[in-house]
Amino acid sequence: MVPVLADLLPNVNELFEFRGIFGQHEWYEFNKTAAMAFISTILCVILFYFGSRKRAMVPSGLQNAAEMGYETVEQQIAVEVMGPENGRQWSPFLATLFFWIFFINIWSTVPFVYFPATSRISIPIYLALQTWVIFIFVGFKHQGLGYFRNVVPSGVPKALLILVIPIEIISKYFIRPFSLAVRLFANMAAGHVLLAVFCIMTSELVIEHTSGIWQIPLGILPFFALVAMTAFEFLVAVLQAYIFTILTAVYVNESLHAEH
Amino acid sequence: MNEFVSLAVTQADALKSGLGSVGYGLAAIGPGIGIGYLVGQSVQAMARQPEMAGNVRTTMFLGIAFAEALALIGFVLKFI
Repeated sequence: MVPVLADLLPNVNELFEFRGIFGQHEWYEFNKTAAMAFISTILCVILFYFGSRKRAMVPSGLQNAAEMGYETVEQQIAVEVMGPENGRQWSPFLATLFFWIFFINIWSTVPFVYFPATSRISIPIYLALQTWVIFIFVGFKHQGLGYFRNVVPSGVPKALLILVIPIEIISKYFIRPFSLAVRLFANMAAGHVLLAVFCIMTSELVIEHTSGIWQIPLGILPFFALVAMTAFEFLVAVLQAYIFTILTAVYVNESLHAEH
Repeated sequence: MNEFVSLAVTQADALKSGLGSVGYGLAAIGPGIGIGYLVGQSVQAMARQPEMAGNVRTTMFLGIAFAEALALIGFVLKFI
């Protein structure tokens, strides 16, 4: 049995590493990842700038889309998690976060691009560190030095505290940003590899068919899998943006109120 | 002799990478069961009390985040 797929597939890094458009191997190297991030930012700005420029009483076109998206984030995430008052206050930040991640993720299913920039770990790490800094800063701002008391859970016997406090510190301040970053990165990278595998299988069976013409009908299976996976990737892109935003909201909300 | 050593090193690298994948598979069992149970119970809660659906959903995602962290640590261990 010849390991067919192993021969066909290139080194997996070739799916993620691109030649710089300019400044190859320099600190200012600008490659596809950076280009996708910049284009997503521009799309975000276009959506909300032109969506809110002429505020018609009866919204239409872009304003409709911008208002609907913003309201969804506000109602489903911000107000749901943080309550009406804090939710309204924080929803601009959460909406920006949601739409930026969404626009970056959605490139995984856009034809001719097929590359979510979040499948390079640096962008999720930046986003997770931003959330980390914000929830710690908000904690100190709203609770003062009493924020330190949050690592001591209430209702735990004194003898167990020596065990519980380190666990609490690690899970709150190290596992949280780590899992935020890795969750986004792993989901998008795995989806990207999955789509690439089905693309290569389809192309190999239908276009190349090195072993004979009889391979072409077999190409139907990976092709339908590719279509289904593209739809699934669309779902994953939205879901990961939603999960990242809702977790950010939960963490910030926890810092806003002292635990009792 | 040198060839033998280099072959052994290559084999060891391949084995290490393979073991990383097996480790990730093992690490995914627990969170898989946990998330399945968690989401199942959440769906039941939402079906029984639809007016609490939003609250349950938020808590569900928080719980998934905690359970998933273990699988993610296993995923990273494959790479290092």
